[in-house]
Amino acid sequence: MSENEITPNVIANKLTPDVVASHQLTPLEYEKILSLLGREPTLTELGIFSVMWSEHCSYKSTRIHLKKLPTESKRVLQGPGENAGIVDIGDGMAIAFKIESHNHPSFIEPFQGAATGVGGILRDIFTMGARPIAVLDSIRFGRLDDETNGPRNRRVLEGVVSGIAHYGNCFGVPTVGGECVFESSYDGNPLVNVFALGVFRHDEVFYGKASGVGNPVIYVGAKTGRDGIHGASMASAEFTEESKQKRPNVQVGDPFTEKLLLEACLEAMRTGAIVGIQDMGAAGLTSSTCEMGSRAGTGVEIDLARVPQRESGMTPYEMMLSESQERMLLVAERGREDVVFAVFKKWGLDAVAIGIVTADGMLRVKQNGVVFAEIPNRALADEAPRYDRPHTKPLRLAPLDGPPIRSKNLKADLETLLSSGDICSKRWIYEQYDHQVRTNTIAGPGAEAAVVRIKGTNTSVAISLDGNGRYCALDPREGTKLLVAECCRNLSTVGALPIATTNNLNFGNPERPEIMAQIVESIEGLSEACRFFDVPVTGGNVSLYNETLGAPIFPTPVVGIVGTLETSLPIGIPFPKAGLSVILLGAIRNPDTREFGGTQYAKVVLESLWGVPPKLDMEYEKRVQATVRELVRTRLVESAHDLSDGGLAVALAECSFGPSNIGADVRLDSDLAPELLLFHEGPSRILVSAENSAEVFRVAQKNGVHAIEIGATLKARVIISNRNQVLLDGRVDELKELWSGALEHLLHNPVLV
Amino acid sequence: MKIGVVVFPGSNCDHDAWYAFGETLRQETVLLWHDSASLEGADSVILPGGFSYGDYLRCGAIAKFSPVMSAVKKFAADGGLVLGICNGFQVLTEAGLLPGALVRNASLKFVCKTVPLEVVTTDSPFTHQATKKQTLKLPVAHGEGCYIAEDRVLDMLEAEDRVALRYVENPNGSMRNIAGILNAGRNVMGLMPHPERVADPLMGGIDGLTILSSVVHAGVAVSKA
Repeated sequence: MSENEITPNVIANKLTPDVVASHQLTPLEYEKILSLLGREPTLTELGIFSVMWSEHCSYKSTRIHLKKLPTESKRVLQGPGENAGIVDIGDGMAIAFKIESHNHPSFIEPFQGAATGVGGILRDIFTMGARPIAVLDSIRFGRLDDETNGPRNRRVLEGVVSGIAHYGNCFGVPTVGGECVFESSYDGNPLVNVFALGVFRHDEVFYGKASGVGNPVIYVGAKTGRDGIHGASMASAEFTEESKQKRPNVQVGDPFTEKLLLEACLEAMRTGAIVGIQDMGAAGLTSSTCEMGSRAGTGVEIDLARVPQRESGMTPYEMMLSESQERMLLVAERGREDVVFAVFKKWGLDAVAIGIVTADGMLRVKQNGVVFAEIPNRALADEAPRYDRPHTKPLRLAPLDGPPIRSKNLKADLETLLSSGDICSKRWIYEQYDHQVRTNTIAGPGAEAAVVRIKGTNTSVAISLDGNGRYCALDPREGTKLLVAECCRNLSTVGALPIATTNNLNFGNPERPEIMAQIVESIEGLSEACRFFDVPVTGGNVSLYNETLGAPIFPTPVVGIVGTLETSLPIGIPFPKAGLSVILLGAIRNPDTREFGGTQYAKVVLESLWGVPPKLDMEYEKRVQATVRELVRTRLVESAHDLSDGGLAVALAECSFGPSNIGADVRLDSDLAPELLLFHEGPSRILVSAENSAEVFRVAQKNGVHAIEIGATLKARVIISNRNQVLLDGRVDELKELWSGALEHLLHNPVLV
Repeated sequence: MKIGVVVFPGSNCDHDAWYAFGETLRQETVLLWHDSASLEGADSVILPGGFSYGDYLRCGAIAKFSPVMSAVKKFAADGGLVLGICNGFQVLTEAGLLPGALVRNASLKFVCKTVPLEVVTTDSPFTHQATKKQTLKLPVAHGEGCYIAEDRVLDMLEAEDRVALRYVENPNGSMRNIAGILNAGRNVMGLMPHPERVADPLMGGIDGLTILSSVVHAGVAVSKA
């Protein structure tokens, strides 16, 4: 055997257990590496394994449970496993969409953490050939008015919002909606989940496959630097005092380069010279090379000396683990490289052939002829450990029964709710986002669901993003089912038929059996509900170890569901004029006090959490959705808004916050205690206004859904009475001012600062 | 009328302008790559919104050196119609085709919302289809839209009836509520709001058409004048 046949021919110093442990690999995982390689890994190989086998990249704790999710329907063109899911929307068009978290980086450096979160998910979309046309974000922080953590929480919020704005606005994708929630459990661990959706024709789809032995492997986009090394393994560990020092682990984004990369990639794809393409996400060069090879059953050999570099003297270890942003790896047809190079040159971007596709199934990393790593692609991408981690009963800290519910002043309670962080207007946030660029936004931030039209067709796509940590803390299974129901309800309320789901599972440490139980229950709830509502899961993301100093976040699955509808002028939330009938589809329902413990009223007014989430009857929910969809599509209603956070009273107030301040005089007939009547959050309920209530009743009856006329719209006031007793009576302009200015007040209140 | 929409690296409202002129108003509309010195026979040129060159250095500061800009300057000097929207307005001020400058919003934050504007002059190829003092509701979407200039420049703009649009509700701190201005020849206009975004009822309004169709019918108006 000659010397240069010894591979890899850089034999590292013997790796000590400390070095292995510092890569967050367990002794057993290291054993597995030894047996897969049949020898000791080099340091570079150890780094590569540590990233590919991290929780973030391998889903090792959840993979066996994620298999329970429904992933197929006649519309699904691509399910989980690719960069994003793809769903048919008719007319030969398809959408690609996915959600990703950037929780850990956003705590360490809010602006760049959130910005690169947007950048990463956008690349996942356009690497498939789709042009991104919508972004939504689901963001969660600690309380802004918290005495100890408030200043930091406000700084994190401001940083995250401006980071999202900076990246999305410059890139030129509209941020059309999302949610923002405040809860002490996110104090040391904010959640930043970003959803992106793109559109393309069926024949424009590209996959991340390194097909065709002998084809060149081409690096395009920004140069590689030392930033973000070990980002993926950082995202797979709990926060400690030490991790606040990990700032260099957070990448820095450049949306301008990303915009050029988008245009160049789409143009290069149109040349027909590209065989496969994948973005360099977590552990950039590593994940893109081995995943593309693994999917195609091929090997990939690269020479790091050819990689465009931003700084000198980088080791192979650093280059393979760098998470520099705005980079893509593509495989071109041999002999047509120049066509690809010309496109990237036009857009002023680096494009360099750094290797070739081989037949041997290995990831081989060389630098100036020296082999630094040689690992079977499958070992990295598919042989990662899978754990069936022990799970017991879900962690639950809340009692079953709560404090007495006796309001001193129902109107004051409504005002408190309207000016609370979760319910108040998010105008301060969304005015920083360009929500109109590309001129497709039919319904943007603040709407029931975002609606973007697909130009050149008569179809629009509706999107709803939702999470509820409180419900899931009380019962992860039922809480998750409620999320799916709520998203589908939101879509139905704008007239859309829900068609597919993506999800971001944000949980604590899976090595704790009571946390793992939350994860398992939540996935099973997701599975059941997505099956029932026929919204298969086409992809998603798992973010674990969301704990700071041992305190886990509320279990927070975030669900994003997309639907389709015929393009038309939207029916909005606000009552458009006085004198309309106000009708409640799904009726009042009859909750007990335990079902009240997860509500916003319990949170904000009673400052407490107990009991169980509201009961969901999925059969009935589906009928309510069918009813409102039909009413909206046939224009039998003038407005539609589902009852959600804050229940009936908050929904009525929100319906009155349109441009003309049209409120309602609502007269109820119920045995419920007024607090429950006004503020309980039972699902399957939608508030509509209509000229002709008989038609609404007809459609509701046909679908087997209760509908009660509860009042009429009127100018300037919201009045709610029960059995001739006025429960609350407020001026719309006053309520609206509280609601619309609350977030700014929380952020800039001089007393708090 | 043949419309040319310039594409700088980082332009991101180029497609929107192309769509509004080409699809909504059914005009022949071409995209003009920044690297080319030819305007391909366009009768009017649109500098679209976006972040040309990533807004590096200053918004519009690098775009002014693009080869296409020397063609645009010559075109404007010969009386051709040039409309700069948002980043396009910033490019026009940097290129010296319009006076003043656009700096960071007074709020220090990017702002995207629809605001009411008053049409100050209808004596221009860009506003002749409006009526004087008409209110147009147009969206703004910018981080650097605060118009500033020396007092004497502001006085001159007003004296020469070159303020085209003023904010009724000023979203960015612009001096004298100025949202759009004309050059001395009245054939170059820059404005921060986005008329191309409200050219379709589905997008929540059609007030932008007043400006866009003024451009389309400018040939007629100018030759009448």
